[in-house]
Amino acid sequence: MGTVHHSPASQSRLASIWHRYLFSTDHKVIGMQYLFTGMAMAIIGGFFAYVFRMQLAFPGKEVLGYGLVNANNYNMLITNHGAIMIFWVAMPVLIAAFGNYLIPLMAGCDDMVFPRINRLSYQIFLLSVLVLIASFFVAGGGFGGAWTSYPPLSANPAYNLTPNGASLWLLAVALEFVAFLLGGINFITTLMNSRAPGMRMYDIPIVLWMIVIASVLFMGSVGPLIAGAVMLLFDQTLAIGFFDPSKGGDPVLWQHLFWFFGHPEVYVVLLPAMGITAEIITVFSRKKLFAYKTVLFTTIAVGVLSFFVWAHHQFISGIDPRMANIFTITTVIISVPITEMMFVYIATLYGGSIQFTTPMLFALAFLAEFLIGGVTGIFLGASSADIYFHDTYFVLAHFHYTFVPIAIIAVFAGLYYWFPKMFGRMMNDKLGHVHFWGTIIPFNCIFIPLFYLGAAGDHRRIYNYENFPDLMRGHMQDLRIVATISLLVMLAFQGVFLYNFFSSMFRGKKAGKNPWQANTLEWVAESPPPHGNFPTLPVVYRPPYEYSVPGRSSDFWPQNEKA
Amino acid sequence: MMGSIIEQASSYAAEIDQVILVVAVLGGFWLLLTEGVLFYFLFRYRRKRSPRAKYMSGESHGEKAWIHWPHNLVIVCDMVIIAFAMSAWYNIKQDLPPADATIRIVGQQWAWRFTHPGSAGELGSSEDVEIVDELHLQVNKTYHFKLESSDVLHSFSVPVFRLKQDAIPGRIITGWFKPTKEGAFDIQCAEICGIGHGAMVAKLIVQNEDDYAQWIAAERLRTKG
Ligand SMILES: [Cu+2]
Ligand SMILES: [Cu+2]
Repeated sequence: MGTVHHSPASQSRLASIWHRYLFSTDHKVIGMQYLFTGMAMAIIGGFFAYVFRMQLAFPGKEVLGYGLVNANNYNMLITNHGAIMIFWVAMPVLIAAFGNYLIPLMAGCDDMVFPRINRLSYQIFLLSVLVLIASFFVAGGGFGGAWTSYPPLSANPAYNLTPNGASLWLLAVALEFVAFLLGGINFITTLMNSRAPGMRMYDIPIVLWMIVIASVLFMGSVGPLIAGAVMLLFDQTLAIGFFDPSKGGDPVLWQHLFWFFGHPEVYVVLLPAMGITAEIITVFSRKKLFAYKTVLFTTIAVGVLSFFVWAHHQFISGIDPRMANIFTITTVIISVPITEMMFVYIATLYGGSIQFTTPMLFALAFLAEFLIGGVTGIFLGASSADIYFHDTYFVLAHFHYTFVPIAIIAVFAGLYYWFPKMFGRMMNDKLGHVHFWGTIIPFNCIFIPLFYLGAAGDHRRIYNYENFPDLMRGHMQDLRIVATISLLVMLAFQGVFLYNFFSSMFRGKKAGKNPWQANTLEWVAESPPPHGNFPTLPVVYRPPYEYSVPGRSSDFWPQNEKA
Repeated sequence: MMGSIIEQASSYAAEIDQVILVVAVLGGFWLLLTEGVLFYFLFRYRRKRSPRAKYMSGESHGEKAWIHWPHNLVIVCDMVIIAFAMSAWYNIKQDLPPADATIRIVGQQWAWRFTHPGSAGELGSSEDVEIVDELHLQVNKTYHFKLESSDVLHSFSVPVFRLKQDAIPGRIITGWFKPTKEGAFDIQCAEICGIGHGAMVAKLIVQNEDDYAQWIAAERLRTKG
């Protein structure tokens, strides 16, 4: 035995911390586990973006903190930047962290219906993180076949040259899906079965609806992809040939399986972001949500439609050209419910009493920026325009104008908004404003030049544009440098957030139960809520957005307040 | 609009650019309008000017009209976009005009192999000329291409033509184009294909009939000798 002897007391304290933070079944702790893991992954994903953007702006120069970037490193960095930001940041933070934290609190119950499945979900997720990180360091290096992992490149080690990295990467993705399947079961069951007495369907806060509908979309779309991932794993390790034409397989089949999941996935992360935004804009404009039922039904419509648009990623991939027409129609039509939702949100602001707090600024920025992402998507949904734009930086800029508002801007909105509930203290609003402008301005300065570069012919996943004379004309390299420098500025301002976040946790002003004077049930609980959430479970008397009701002196009316 | 950003060097480049313009105008209109209303509301209904909010559910007919009218107009715009997109798509990808000549394009890790046809314009004669990373074409001639891949996915992309088509191992994909401008342009691979993807560049040289005839005669001599 070692020489260090723990006293029984300190041993049991250690054990209890271990038990409390790693093996907890409390939905709030699990939410936090997802949140902090997601934030750590965002730092890795952001670092990767920094490295490859530096290589693009200053090709062949050593990158501070990384070194020289060769073609192999470059492919690995972009592949894992994409995979991390979507699968290990957007998904865990938007669905798992907010879903776990908010569903029981806002539905007014003490925990998830299946707390142990919930714990298992995080443990599998953590395992997927470890497998992913291991994949960067194995012999042959990390996988570099793009986050879409198209075979035959991804299927055959002779082509991708990363025999171990490719399989571990795929395994990590599959594990991550299993984790969210377990989470999804919990979310749906809890919201349907454990709401506070009196909370009817139309009394459920929109954010909960959106998270649950997103979980349904995820569960409906992920099956084919898990099957595809298993087939791909067989191709990689046993050379079975599901996707190998020389063995009777078809590489395009993977694309169908991948995008049948991949497009609904956009809405899986969009919906929670829209939900967070709905909560925040109603509170800080003191307005009732405009047309609650319309929001709910358009959300469901978007969800259903999102299963019928996947092949817009494949217009020029060798599918029957006649099929493109059908998918052009469905894709362009999905703009209708999405604009409807945007109109409804803007109508909510009409006649409001708008207060520009930090969470409100981020929520509004989500609307303003996501609109750009939505409109630029039409260029890609229109088949013939997509012939030109497909696989260019125009596509890249477009989806960053959707994913950054979703996974960064809306997440910040939600964090600033629920921080007082999570940690019992307020974040500093001044620093919040600094962080806001330091994020939004450089964000636009990164991606507006990239729209232009894509239109001018920059294709994706190229580690050095000096190889292409036509892509070095005029100011194209200058624009690449502008984008990279803007990224550096944006990353630097995230330091303000981290400082604000962690210092406010301990030194922020005490928040009290309901600092924003909001109506929903999470604000009835203590800040932070204890295990079990509520001393006595609340009863609901009214819908969630009764702000500025005429004839009342107070401009809010909590859901649980009796008349 | 697109023509000022990147040259139009094929017969259908202008048609694709027109679709892009239609989307830009209609999408741009809605974007500006929506952002305009959003920012106006933020300014008009800030707490200082609007200390107490209105109460409205948005469920009544009159209120919903504010959403339904723009929503119906969006549908109309969508129809216009779909019509433009589909008609250009039909002309470019579904309808194959008769060819003056046929070429073969093979993508491989990490080069493009081009087979230029014999004087009859058809592949398979002893006059075929195969070279790597350089494609010679005659201006104002309609070409069919037979696109293949010998290993992974590649994507044959000529930005000045507005042409892009994935190459898939095990398949031969037929398409067409008609160059309308002489000059030298980039050919890209637009689908990630491994380590060398970022350096998979080829040269396109569009020539008039005489220059092309001279070049191919010299090339035939060189490959025979
Ligand atoms: Cu999609
Ligand atoms: Cu390539």
